[in-house]
Amino acid sequence: MSVPSPSRSRSPSLSAPTPPAPGAPGMKGARAMKRTPAKVRALRLAGGAGQYLALACYLIFLGFPLLWLLSTSFKTARELGSLDPAWLPRHPGLDNYRAAFDAQPLLRSALNSLVVACAASLISVTVAVPAAYALARHRSLVGRASSVWILVSQTFPFVLVIIPLFLVLKNLRLIDSIAGLIAVYVVWNLPFSLWMLQGYVKAVPPSLEEAAAIDGAGRVRTLVSVVLPLLAPGLVATLMFSFVTAWNEFFFALVLLKSPENQTMSVILTRFLGAEGVADLGPLAAASVLATIPGLVFFALLQRRLVGGMLAGAVKA
Amino acid sequence: MSVTPSRAGAVPDSRGTPPPRTPAQRRRALGLDRSAWFLLLPALIPVLVLSVGPLLYGAALAFTDAQAVRTSDTRFIGLTNFLDLRFDSLFWDSFGIGLTWSVCVTAGQFALALGLALLLDQNLRLRWLARTLALVPWAMPEVVVGVMWRLVYHSDAGVLNKTLTQLGLLHENHEKIDWLAGLSYALPAAIVVGVWAGMPQTTVVLLAGLQSAPPELREAAQLDGAGVWRRFTAVTWPALKPVAVAITALNFIWNFNSFGLVYVLTRGGPGGQTRLPMLFAYEEAFKYGQFGYAAAMGLVMVAVIAVLLTLFLRAKLKEEAA
Repeated sequence: MSVPSPSRSRSPSLSAPTPPAPGAPGMKGARAMKRTPAKVRALRLAGGAGQYLALACYLIFLGFPLLWLLSTSFKTARELGSLDPAWLPRHPGLDNYRAAFDAQPLLRSALNSLVVACAASLISVTVAVPAAYALARHRSLVGRASSVWILVSQTFPFVLVIIPLFLVLKNLRLIDSIAGLIAVYVVWNLPFSLWMLQGYVKAVPPSLEEAAAIDGAGRVRTLVSVVLPLLAPGLVATLMFSFVTAWNEFFFALVLLKSPENQTMSVILTRFLGAEGVADLGPLAAASVLATIPGLVFFALLQRRLVGGMLAGAVKA
Repeated sequence: MSVTPSRAGAVPDSRGTPPPRTPAQRRRALGLDRSAWFLLLPALIPVLVLSVGPLLYGAALAFTDAQAVRTSDTRFIGLTNFLDLRFDSLFWDSFGIGLTWSVCVTAGQFALALGLALLLDQNLRLRWLARTLALVPWAMPEVVVGVMWRLVYHSDAGVLNKTLTQLGLLHENHEKIDWLAGLSYALPAAIVVGVWAGMPQTTVVLLAGLQSAPPELREAAQLDGAGVWRRFTAVTWPALKPVAVAITALNFIWNFNSFGLVYVLTRGGPGGQTRLPMLFAYEEAFKYGQFGYAAAMGLVMVAVIAVLLTLFLRAKLKEEAA
């Protein structure tokens, strides 16, 4: 993103006794000393302008589709039908939102998504905490195998998993059932939960546990009353993250849930598209906006933690 | 990674040479003591039942004629599925599309994410906005990302055609481009969406990598008069490289296995131009009910990914050694 600096074309010899070398990319130390303050300032200005230009491009690329989705969701049907779409809705209204609820069992599917995501995230984190502790504190063959598995499980194409899962769940009569989907999400959320929590556990100084042990606390007691409170922020972050993952998931839900009254929001959204993809754009946009809200809220709360948590897992594992 | 005596064991003499280990300690280093097992089991059992088990079962299915609606018993048919697959030109077409897609998306994600991460590492105004916006695609359901871009690409109500017309790049009376339905546009259009959707993770990881590098080094290089480019190649990149290689490899796998985005965008159309291998296998399994055959496709995908990754990582390692 280097911007051609205007200063270079200007006559350079204000104070430089030796002619400066042509602006070769690999310039060495001595050259920097020869730059006059004015030149340096101009260079810096150009660089800064270039950076802001690039930033603006990123903002447009990242933000524009989002704004368009929002704008579409508030447009009237007439406006959506026009051949020259306006940037902003001329008569913004909630008609599309109302129509979305009429067209598909949106409320029901939101409830399904909520139940599935809550249950899956709570169960997977509950199960993951003790395991993460064991993996973080004991280096062992099983621990290493689990770490490898965590990585490997991320790499398999889901077709290879979904067919046998489908058969297993069919035998258990858990196809087209929310319970079956929860079970699947718990297991497929576990690796990431373990990964994040392990990082948080390692951040808890073992000396605290040793102190508790000297004071006579048992293993479980130490875990519950010393480690767990310190893990709380990490726990919340992991919970929210696996909630969002489950809320957003599509493939498993598409295959495992058949009847509309059981489907989650992601799957219901695709029903707006119809068989040949001829969609009623307004309600579709409105429903999409609604489906995004929980994820956005949690990510807004998570912003800082997310980066920290991933790093904690990554650096120490 | 040397095996250290577990912490619950005897107190090690402070920081000196580790004391010779007793057999019990050695056993503990290899396996786990009982309470650790107890902690691990609640996670281990479901993973074995619903993840390790199904994967092995799925691999085994590839060697059978399993079908969704069974007319006769499932039989072991050896390599027949794989032999059939060899001449299934539709599958190999889709495989090629999958490779094009994942190479382009991975490269795009990396290039854009690196640029953004470098920008976010500077002290710029509006950095918070870019940072927040960059995380948004991550928080969105895949399906919504697909829907949103369908609205952007829509031939009449879409913002892309509108912008192009206003900029004079597209003739007003000319026929509008239907981005997702044009034979030559659909795949590139989908790739842009893939890049948009996958950028955040990569940016976050690269940014974390940037910020873990000691700033003193860069400052020192600046004092020594190194220019922007030289500072990047000599200081920033070496620190970033391990992270970059890891995230690129992971991204490649994820992209190759991607499903939801393209399912919503095009359903694999037009004319199979965007039919990624996962979409192909999904249809084979759940539209035509060919479980065994689809599982074989899955195995082939795993094998090819494994080979490509090995080559990629080995090349990177060799580069390191050179």
